[in-house]
Amino acid sequence: MALNESLFARKFGIAASDLESYLGEALASGGDYADLYFEYLASSSISIDESITKSAVQGVSLGVGVRVIHGERTGYAYSDDLNRDKILRACRVASAIAKGPSTILKTGLSQGQKRNLYPVGEAAGEASLRDRIQLVERADKAARACDARVFQVQATFVDNVRHVLIATSDGTLTDDRQPLARIGIRVLAREHGGAPHSGFAGGGGRIGIEAFRDERSPEAYAREAARQAIVELGAIDAPAGEMTVVLGPGWPGILLHEAVGHGLEADFNRKGVSAFSGRIGQKVASELCTVVDDGTIRNRRGSLNVDDEGVPTQQNVLIEKGVLRGYLADKLSGRLLGSPSTGSGRRENYQNIPMPRMTNTFMLAGESDPEEIIRSVPKGLYCTTFGGGQVDITSGNFVFAASESYLIENGKLTRPVRGATLIGNGPEALKYVSMVGNDLKLDEGIGICGKEGQSVPVGVGIPTLKIDRMTVGGTGA
Amino acid sequence: MMDAQLAADIARLALDRGATDAECTLSEGDEFTARVRMRSLETLKEAGSQAAGLRVLIGRRAGSAYTSDLTRDGIRQMVESAVEIARVTSEDPFAGLPDEAELGAIPGDLALYSDEVAAIDTQEKIDRALAAEEAALGADARIVNSEGASFDSWTGGHAFANSRGFAGAYRRSSCSLSVTPVAKQNGSMERDYWLSRARAPRALESSADVGRKAAERALRRLGARKVQTAKVPVVFEPRTARSLLGHVFDAVSGDTVYRTASFLARRLGEKVASDQVTIVDDGTLPGLFGSSPFDDEGVPSRRTVVIERGVLKSWLLNTYTARKLGMKTTGNAARGIAGNAGVGHGNFFLEPGAKSEQEIVRGIARGLYVTELIGFGVNVVTGDYSRGAAGLWIENGEFAYPVSEITVAANLLDMLKGITLVANELEFRGSTASPALVIGEMTVSGQ
Repeated sequence: MALNESLFARKFGIAASDLESYLGEALASGGDYADLYFEYLASSSISIDESITKSAVQGVSLGVGVRVIHGERTGYAYSDDLNRDKILRACRVASAIAKGPSTILKTGLSQGQKRNLYPVGEAAGEASLRDRIQLVERADKAARACDARVFQVQATFVDNVRHVLIATSDGTLTDDRQPLARIGIRVLAREHGGAPHSGFAGGGGRIGIEAFRDERSPEAYAREAARQAIVELGAIDAPAGEMTVVLGPGWPGILLHEAVGHGLEADFNRKGVSAFSGRIGQKVASELCTVVDDGTIRNRRGSLNVDDEGVPTQQNVLIEKGVLRGYLADKLSGRLLGSPSTGSGRRENYQNIPMPRMTNTFMLAGESDPEEIIRSVPKGLYCTTFGGGQVDITSGNFVFAASESYLIENGKLTRPVRGATLIGNGPEALKYVSMVGNDLKLDEGIGICGKEGQSVPVGVGIPTLKIDRMTVGGTGA
Repeated sequence: MMDAQLAADIARLALDRGATDAECTLSEGDEFTARVRMRSLETLKEAGSQAAGLRVLIGRRAGSAYTSDLTRDGIRQMVESAVEIARVTSEDPFAGLPDEAELGAIPGDLALYSDEVAAIDTQEKIDRALAAEEAALGADARIVNSEGASFDSWTGGHAFANSRGFAGAYRRSSCSLSVTPVAKQNGSMERDYWLSRARAPRALESSADVGRKAAERALRRLGARKVQTAKVPVVFEPRTARSLLGHVFDAVSGDTVYRTASFLARRLGEKVASDQVTIVDDGTLPGLFGSSPFDDEGVPSRRTVVIERGVLKSWLLNTYTARKLGMKTTGNAARGIAGNAGVGHGNFFLEPGAKSEQEIVRGIARGLYVTELIGFGVNVVTGDYSRGAAGLWIENGEFAYPVSEITVAANLLDMLKGITLVANELEFRGSTASPALVIGEMTVSGQ
């Protein structure tokens, strides 16, 4: 089998018989399921600031997490030392959750079909430091060359390569090499020594360094960051109150992540604490809306060959023509809900217990011409760039912060407005979607999702959307 | 216990490999979690980990590396990696370690560590979590569900040394008890939480109190409405007022100030807040979460008055940002395990005023009392502030009904100047703390 090709076999001498003995130790006090998650993460971060490469950091972290499940109970322990005695000790600590003889049938470990959704020429972390420094230098130069009003530029290139080896008591053995890279550029601009305004842009994915040399060029993101800062120089106060909101394509798909994505994670739903609990089959959006979570798109930031429980990712339909179809499940919540894992079990690293998470969440394209959507709005707000969002999954209330918006007056974009938070209620907000554009776009690949203290990379996307009613939290009239 | 000598040895090893200066951080921690839900045990987690980080300078070029592998081999690789990086980064005329005269630690025991944390047995932790959840579930028939209760504990060690002769180490501990009940009535479902956290278990609130407070908070949100968009006075309770202190910290931190990426930049010595506002950073208060004997560059922690009766008195600085601004470090260097130091705070708090929170609410004819804020709509460069909110509507000095799905918005500078009253009760539940406060006018956006 292919285990001997994995980094853990080569570098740490881990053999299939070791994995079986660790799983045996983890289940020695009973339990329904156990798994091992070995992780080796090599990361680097390089920043330019005031045209000086002030900082570069490289590092390695490694360890193994051991989990034992007994009914609804989970025992977890980890070790940052891959020495046999330390791993066995972690197995015994995790096993303390279980009582009584184990009821599971021991199966041999076997590797399923492998695929590679992120073939990269040269993983960024494996390229030379000078090559990566060049990327941030190019970003710095391009942002400054773009407009004389730009006076501060910070660019950061962060990349890592994560090797994982997952062995489970239900017989899965899988390893994966997961590259991830992103560049981010922040620009400050001012006019005649006035108050500064900022702009931010960036992009990335499970891609190699070659992707940043041309198609995801530092120059393009630098110009975009500078453009946003300059637009904001002329912006007026955002309006306040309920109004028609048009969201541009791409990153504004964070709406879906907050409004429906989190509320459909199966851990919340098996506990009955989500505003979407018990609503499968009900209408939760206008019939123009079909929303999916898809971890199988090539080279996307949220994609994974297998999730962090060793289950292949897939495309999951969350909402189909407005009707709630399914939840995102990991193994534990799937079993407790009586349905299989949807390949959605993810964790930040070996120190954390996996839970249901999103991958790339987006809405399928509709039929409207984006320009026609804007023309149809007598008075409203058009938002193209967002910061982060957040949701209270129990009440269903969610927010997302627009950083670039324009007033729509008589079907035309008029003035840019300053940042404002948009707020809505998950099971209600998408019912007001009255037009869906034919221009589906996924984001540039810089999303990070936080849940219960664990961060994982994700993607989002939407076509241009018209929402007839949403509360905009500005200060203006 | 993490060893200051080992950190000093690693710094010396870096000099042997060609660095002209070096600073090394070591950290270790042991964590434990017992989580219960609906009266039964759900999760037990227990583990320990350690890491080392190194920053080296070759002249005015800096490089950093870290590892979780503290074997000789792991450390050697980290040192080589940091030195290799410092050969390719750029000269930064302001880069360097603190002056030797600035290095040191404050004397005495800051009471950051308690042996009792490691001594509590697993069953007691589970029992305390179960009791907290039971208190919440039993508080009212409308508390029908729970996201669970947790007892968490942590003990850890931190060591730091540099090539200018500083070496120091200290231990910390913390434990916490929290519960998140879910209340339901007439189709409305709401959750809230209460969390008690302390350096030692005897300082934690009782399970009964934690459960009761969490239940009260969830219950008072039931049946929330949206309100009409209006400009009204807004009261921030201590939990939400704390977050405002976080934004003030960002705006006075040397990193944003030297870049002028702060709405307070260039305003030193100016009136930036109302007379009611005195904000202090103090890393020397025993037992609190923001205290430490020295900062992450080996400079002693201290007390700095940041805003005094509305006047901006001081930035919070590390060595680098101080040099950029032509000033001296205020002992506010902070970093994770590796990298150039950023700026952090000690215990960063707003001094209490004279009136009680109840008296303050009684004085408001019509306004909003904010109990929760969500989202990231805060721009420290411009001061623009717009966040999702939930809370209680105030009519004639009394709480009239709960409200949600609204936003509160204004500019942070106007908000600071608009603080009309600060309440008289200050509790340190983390490293930022604030009494309740009132801002004279903000835009509440709803229908």
